[in-house]
Amino acid sequence: MSLQDWKQHRRPFAAIASAPLFWLVLFFLVPMGIVWLYSFGQNSGPADIAITGTLDNYKRATEWLYLSIFGKSLAVAALVTLICLIIGFPVAMAITFAAEKWRPWLLLAIMLPFWTNLLIRTYALMMLMGSNGYANRGLGALWDGASWLKTLVGLQPLEAWAPVPLLYNNFAVVLGLVYVHLPFMVLPLYSALDRLDKSLIEASLDLGAGHFRTLTKIVVPLAGPGIAAGVMITLIPALGAYLTPDLMGGTDSQMIANVIERQFKRANDWPFGAALSFLLIYAMFILVAIQSLRGDRKKEAR
Amino acid sequence: MSEADPIIQIRGVTKRFGKHTAVDNVSLDIKSGEFFVLLGPSGCGKTTLLRMIAGFELPTEGQILIDGQDMAGIPPNKRPVNMVFQSYAVFPHMSVAENVGYGLKIAGVGRAERDERVREALQLVSLGGFEDRKPDQMSGGQRQRVALARSLVMRPKVLLLDEPLSALDAKLRAQMQFELSDLQDKVGITFVTVTHDQDEALSMASRIAVMNKGDIAQLASPSDLYEYPANRFVADFVGSVNVFEGKLTLDEPDRAAVECPGLGKVYLNHGVTGPHGADVWIALRPEKIYLHVPGEGKAIRAAGQDAPEDHNLARGVIKGMSYLGDITLYEIKLDNGAMIRVSRPNLSRHDQEHFTWDDRVSMHWRADSPVVLLG
Repeated sequence: MSLQDWKQHRRPFAAIASAPLFWLVLFFLVPMGIVWLYSFGQNSGPADIAITGTLDNYKRATEWLYLSIFGKSLAVAALVTLICLIIGFPVAMAITFAAEKWRPWLLLAIMLPFWTNLLIRTYALMMLMGSNGYANRGLGALWDGASWLKTLVGLQPLEAWAPVPLLYNNFAVVLGLVYVHLPFMVLPLYSALDRLDKSLIEASLDLGAGHFRTLTKIVVPLAGPGIAAGVMITLIPALGAYLTPDLMGGTDSQMIANVIERQFKRANDWPFGAALSFLLIYAMFILVAIQSLRGDRKKEAR
Repeated sequence: MSEADPIIQIRGVTKRFGKHTAVDNVSLDIKSGEFFVLLGPSGCGKTTLLRMIAGFELPTEGQILIDGQDMAGIPPNKRPVNMVFQSYAVFPHMSVAENVGYGLKIAGVGRAERDERVREALQLVSLGGFEDRKPDQMSGGQRQRVALARSLVMRPKVLLLDEPLSALDAKLRAQMQFELSDLQDKVGITFVTVTHDQDEALSMASRIAVMNKGDIAQLASPSDLYEYPANRFVADFVGSVNVFEGKLTLDEPDRAAVECPGLGKVYLNHGVTGPHGADVWIALRPEKIYLHVPGEGKAIRAAGQDAPEDHNLARGVIKGMSYLGDITLYEIKLDNGAMIRVSRPNLSRHDQEHFTWDDRVSMHWRADSPVVLLG
């Protein structure tokens, strides 16, 4: 029996579907519903929330201060996605064209970071980028070397090395997010490029196009769905990123998830935090809707 | 440049992939305007050779000249050849007109001229009016025509076709064989086709190079290839054939005889020029063997046969038959145990009822039918 026959076999279908349905309702829809209700309430005591149906939380959430943080989060996420695409596309191409026996290993290398805890990876990255980290030490050594070379030819030595502030700023947040999200971009791109008939590339070359033109006219358009999938799958988690800006960002680089976290913890204003959360969820819904509408239009155009 | 000048010269080309030698020191000339076919089983190196002409593979050794120019270091997009791919490689995100106009656009041909040439090319492959179609709205045969038009519109010196008909069904394939020959006549471009299908090769080619294990086994016209195969590989690969081992017992300018333990005494009405007593092979095509009821043979042979009494004659029992419509194929066990295949045209509707399983039959063949193979 296949699941397509569910109309003929309602009872077994219900038996199979009930467990996941129960799971989804209990652990996903119910908590979401509670948070959604909170967003229409107000604090009535240190641990009590009265659902009053007020829209004050949403009013406050759409104030300029919070909207600007929203906007900034979106900008950071978009930048991260763009950088991931620029780095990820050649990587995915390289894996696609690598020899058969190397491909599984290269894919493994892309997925390896997932096997390590995000927190540990982030701390490792921070150790690398701290003012006394390896990156700064390496740069310092180069600087000293350059200084020594200058004295060698009789010039004044360079001034003492001042470590570059690599951490606790927006740069660190973007770099950290790119580091975390790159695999999300590479995998869908790889799967799209791998499905591409290689003789299309050869046909383009055969008809006189150079490699660059073949890339822009053939490879990129045909990898379009993969690119769209990679962009969505990178943009959405980057938009809700919490850990990376928290650990690697400075005072001015908080993203919307950090603001939400503060409402639930330090500020103890759950209704407002709930309203902010739902604004973020709505924004993501809109992104996904745009994406799927575009997909539908393409299918119709065929 | 005259017709007979080689448009493609392949000189001592070898291609190795790691330890595997795909093409082994091949030299051959392809003449301008010819329909040249590279024929061979899969893995014989024919596609690799074609891809080296196109520039997708580089020879490990040797030289390829197109129109007198050495192609070493010249990338595929700069070569005066175009290719029709086995999968057609029609760009799925472009319309038919965009596909056909792609190369012209890259070459910087203006809009008006481009449209005109695209229209002409589509007309040439009988796809006029299909300009705005998308490839996924077309059948395999139509997509192949798009691929053909896309290459022909570039007016290449040589058109390379990689297994052009392998993805089509039998009827369409037969039709396309004629159309391709026709098209080649019309445009006058040199065609170089790779195929593993001998019917395709025989029906379209002006010359065929049969390849085996990276080497050219024979280079000849279709009829020469079929009637005068140079070796056992070619005899067996091109068409169906019965091969028997034997010893050369008589070899004079106008006649020869071979003793085959499997088949009997074989008489030929021409010389072989092999050493007396040499080990040779006799190749005999199934359609060149006459089948008859024992006893009738003598009368038929007396009526105009040229071989001595006990030569070119065999007897056996039908062990298998397959009715193919136009012909019937018989598997016959000879009295000495060897098997032989004989085909017989069904000249009338009831012909195939003449002979059936376990019938005793006798066979004979003309003295110019067997081919003596030395290798």
